[in-house]
Amino acid sequence: MDIYLPIAEMSVNLFLLLGLGGAVGFLSGVFGVGGGFLMTPLLIFIGIPPAVAVGSEASQILASSFSGAIAHARRGNVDFRMGIVLVAGGFVGSAFGVWLFAQLRQIGQIDLVISLAYLLFLGTVGALMLVESVRAWFRLRGRRDTFTRRHRHLWLHGLPLKMRFHRSRLYISALMPLGLGFFVGILASIMGVGGGFLMVPAMIYLIGMPTAVVVGTSLFQISFVTAATTYLHAVNNQTVDVFLALALIVGGVIGAQFGTSAGARLRGEQLRILLALIVLVVCAKIGYDLIAMPEHLYSLGAVGHS
Amino acid sequence: MRAPCRVIPRLLVAVGLTVLPNGAGPRAEALVADLSHHLIAITTAFVGTSVVLFGTAEAGGDIVVTVVGPRQEQIVRRKARVAGIWINREGLAFRQVPSYYAVAATGPLEEIARPDTLARLEIGTDHLKLEPIDAAGLMISEIAAFQAALVRQKQEQALYSRTPGHINFIGEQLFRTTLAFPANVPPGLYQVQVFELHDGFATDAQRSTLVVSKVGLEADVFDFAQQRASLYGLTAIALAIVSGWLASVIFRRG
Repeated sequence: MDIYLPIAEMSVNLFLLLGLGGAVGFLSGVFGVGGGFLMTPLLIFIGIPPAVAVGSEASQILASSFSGAIAHARRGNVDFRMGIVLVAGGFVGSAFGVWLFAQLRQIGQIDLVISLAYLLFLGTVGALMLVESVRAWFRLRGRRDTFTRRHRHLWLHGLPLKMRFHRSRLYISALMPLGLGFFVGILASIMGVGGGFLMVPAMIYLIGMPTAVVVGTSLFQISFVTAATTYLHAVNNQTVDVFLALALIVGGVIGAQFGTSAGARLRGEQLRILLALIVLVVCAKIGYDLIAMPEHLYSLGAVGHS
Repeated sequence: MRAPCRVIPRLLVAVGLTVLPNGAGPRAEALVADLSHHLIAITTAFVGTSVVLFGTAEAGGDIVVTVVGPRQEQIVRRKARVAGIWINREGLAFRQVPSYYAVAATGPLEEIARPDTLARLEIGTDHLKLEPIDAAGLMISEIAAFQAALVRQKQEQALYSRTPGHINFIGEQLFRTTLAFPANVPPGLYQVQVFELHDGFATDAQRSTLVVSKVGLEADVFDFAQQRASLYGLTAIALAIVSGWLASVIFRRG
């Protein structure tokens, strides 16, 4: 059954969208990640204009991270004070990112920047995660402990504007979470991701937050920042397709149900190795597309007005 | 090519297109053509459609139909290898580019029409007037390469015809053809032109219009997103939050 997407201005099979949402939702459930880094490239691959893919995916991530944030908040796993500081940085970053997105689209380099950003961040995070989880699997845990402890007192923590974060048991400069939020906000609006894959390790290793509150707090931040991104893309670029978003949300909700129960049966290290491999495969595909001789040297740019 | 016909005051058609004197004698049959419908409605279930064009013309001539979608500025970019990766380098913008172009004819275009006729009436994708906006510093051959790429990319998107469609004559004077519009057809006002040709010259022409428009929910959503972008953004957020909340309720029960 085909459905015409009013903003993307194209007809797509509804079951393909539900299936994509379901498959990515399943993986999110298994691994506890948002899945934006898989969904946005997949949407572009099936022919959705990149701008619409990024704008609509923001509202899908909003839905899934909001439901995740509620669950974590119920269990008291959200550091709201930290979250609000991250959100403040995220709002500014998101606004800057949406502006940058429009500029890059104008000069025809948005696809390149999206690809390079994916390559850089997915490659780095995927490789680090693979190394770390393989080590953990071989029970080299002592080494990992010293690794985290070494980062407890970074010079970054001593910057001015110190704030006390009770839930995280931290007394650090607010500039750090502000800066992190800003950076992730840019990524969210340009790459069409939530940015959890970058924020979670940064919260653990750079800010030094307790692991228990990291996921809940990052989902809290992602909810607000993707809401801002959705709004800004809708206002500045008119690229949020609610039909597309709803189809992905419905598929994602169902997929995540099954994913969570499947994830409970697998071991943590194995899961992380699998996730790292998926991330690296996506990354390799994007890298290959940049290097390989393109099928068409010429492409049509965004349509202007005559 | 259909049999050549009687002598017709050809000079008359050299300039005008829309209104042509066809009363060149009592024998002249006016070209009359119409579409099966003049509105293509894009609904939620829209997967493309076709429109039948039919009409009558003087016996012995050839018929060409062109359909031109709303014209827009269109930029074409060319990739080049920089530091090992392929990135967009040069770009060339063209003005008044048809967003959609289709052509159908009773025979091969080059056989039924003279080259200057094809060029003047923009018949066939090879004869579209694609005028660059700022081609300073570009060689003719480079501009031609960009023009060819534009047509090729439009054909890839199924928005330009690859080969002319067929127009069939039913009997001596009645003709009909089917015009196909893909699912990604751009909304707007379409110009449908029907030309009657004799000996390679256009002797008569008729123009009609076709509207491609989103209707119902599709139109409402699109207009909402365009005209009340701020409210639309808030609605999109609300939809996502409500579905996220619903999901969390379902998860809790499950």
